[in-house]
This record gives sequence, C-alpha cells and structure tokens, in this order.
Amino acid sequence: MTTKRFFAAFLLVSLVLAGIVSYYASGSPDGLEKVAEEEGISAEEKDHALGDSPLGDYGVKGVDNEWVSAGLSGVIGVGAVLLVGGGLFWAVRRREPAGEPREKAPAGTSGQG
Amino acid sequence: MHVPDGFIDAPVSIAAGAVAVAGVGIALRGARRELDDRTAPLAGLTAAFVFAAQMLNFPVAGGTSGHLLGGALAAILVGPYAGMVAVSVVLILQALLFADGGLSALGVNIILMSLVTVAVGYGTFRLLLRVLPKTRASVSGAAFVAALLSVPASALAFTLIYAVGGTADVSIGTVAAAMLGVHVLIGIGEALITAVTVSSVLAVRPDLVYGARGLLKPAELRTARPAASQVRGEAT
Repeated sequence: MTTKRFFAAFLLVSLVLAGIVSYYASGSPDGLEKVAEEEGISAEEKDHALGDSPLGDYGVKGVDNEWVSAGLSGVIGVGAVLLVGGGLFWAVRRREPAGEPREKAPAGTSGQG
Repeated sequence: MHVPDGFIDAPVSIAAGAVAVAGVGIALRGARRELDDRTAPLAGLTAAFVFAAQMLNFPVAGGTSGHLLGGALAAILVGPYAGMVAVSVVLILQALLFADGGLSALGVNIILMSLVTVAVGYGTFRLLLRVLPKTRASVSGAAFVAALLSVPASALAFTLIYAVGGTADVSIGTVAAAMLGVHVLIGIGEALITAVTVSSVLAVRPDLVYGARGLLKPAELRTARPAASQVRGEAT
C-alpha cells in the first residue's frame, strides 16, 4: 500500500468512527464519572466555562437532527485535531538532509500538514 | 476519564498545569527526533484517530462505560514523545471546542491521559519486546499488555492527585479501589482497540510503526531467501 493511500485510509477510518459510529456509543457515565458520583466527588463539580460553545458536548448548536449534529461535531473534531496536530508535527519534524533518496514524498505529504 | 472543573483545588491544578506544560515542552523537543517527512503526517493522523476513538464509549459492567485513552497506541505508532504531544493536542481541543474536560483541569488531564499512559504504556511495551521473540505477533501482544496496564495506571494517578488536591472529603482508599476496579475493565477495551489498530497498521505498513523498528531487520533477511533458492534452482 502506498503511503498516500494508507494515510487516506487511516483518515477515512477516523472520519467514519467520529462521524457515524460515535452516535451509537454508550451514553453511560464513564469510569471516573461513575466513581465520582458514588464517592461524593461529583458534588464539587463545576459547570464547564465553555459549556455553551458551538460544539459543546459533541453536538453542533443550531443543528436539530441529533444524528447529523453528533456526526458533524465528530467530523469537525477530526479535522481540527488533524489540522492542529498535523501542523505542529510538520513544524517540529526532523528536516531530511539532501542525502535522503526520496524527493517526491515531501511534496505529496505536505498537504496533510 | 476527563476530569471536570471543581474536582481538584486551585493550587494542585496550577501545579499540574506547570507539570503538563513542562512535559509537553520536553515531548515537543523529543518528537523532533521521532518525526520525519513520512511520520509527521502519520502523527497528525494518529492524533485524529485517538480523538475519534475517544468518542466511542463502550459499555463495561454495571451501567458504566469507558473509552480509549490512546497514549499506549499513539506511542507505539509514532514514538513516545510524539505520542504524548498527539494525545495532549486531543485533550486541549476537547476542552476548548467540546467542553470535555475542565479548563482548570487541563493540566491534570494531560498528566493522567497523556504523560502517564504513554510512560507506563510505552515502558511496558519496550520491556516486553526485550524478552519476547522479534515477531509481529510479539509487537501486537506487547501492545495489548501495554494498553491494558496504562488505564489502571492512569486511574491510580488520578487517585494520587485527588489525595493531594481533592475538593471533597472522601476516603482515598475507597476511591482507589473503585477507580482501579472499573479501569481494569476499561483497560481490556483499551487493550483490544490498541492491539487491533497496531496489528492492522503492521499488516499493511510495518515500516511506519515506530515501535516495530527493530523488526525491519528480519524482513530484510527474508528478501535474501528467494535469492538463495534461486541459486539452488540453478544448481539442479
């Protein structure tokens, strides 16, 4: 599998998981939430300062359809993480000296970062 | 595992923030050595995958769910330093964009879900590979155990931080037992997802897996085998 095709497949898997599969994820409290409730830790919990943000709690404000709202927020999240993370990693990466035999690879992958 | 605002008091939250900033700073410097033109995009994609997988809460016993933390997975795929940065980016964006994980708890969350899971996960992974045969199955098996241990380690780290800076008056022993119990179960899910993902990448592009770099040598030897049989073929 070529590097480009592998990267495209990896991204597609993430988009499908975040955009479609996530809707069917369990809505039960997670391990920490459950323990915090049972042990009285949650009593001190404070509301999130950005709770009313446009993507708060993995939905898109203004989109009424729950399925679309959840899926869209997941896709936006994958895009945002890829943009910020990919950009950061591209900026800090080790620059290959001219000795590297590959010449086309950087041009092909730069679109990712 | 995302700690909300209010669980941990201000002094400990600030101290945790300082530790997180230092940790991510060191990780960014270390990531430079791990990433090149090919693996830098992979690290970005791995961060995106961890974000997606963290949305997938799976049920564990008793009306409780869990989700991937991803530190062990990211470290094995792209290296421990890049892995720490990848999960930290996910946590920062979750707190800023999705109101998931408190802003004042961001330092705590980076320690728990990025620094601790990578340190325990990748440390376990390397130790296991030192004693296991150098095969792909060993890499997948080591990834399984590394991910399995990383989750209760993170739960234990939460309990330690809570013991120092917790805002409610609770029995730390009870919290430790409850946290460990449920997170051993969540760790099994983490282990399955990590092993399947690492195995999948190994199946198609083993050369891209940071944690499997030592395995590339047997692959080179294998290319010599057809040549040897060819020589034998000519001799008969």
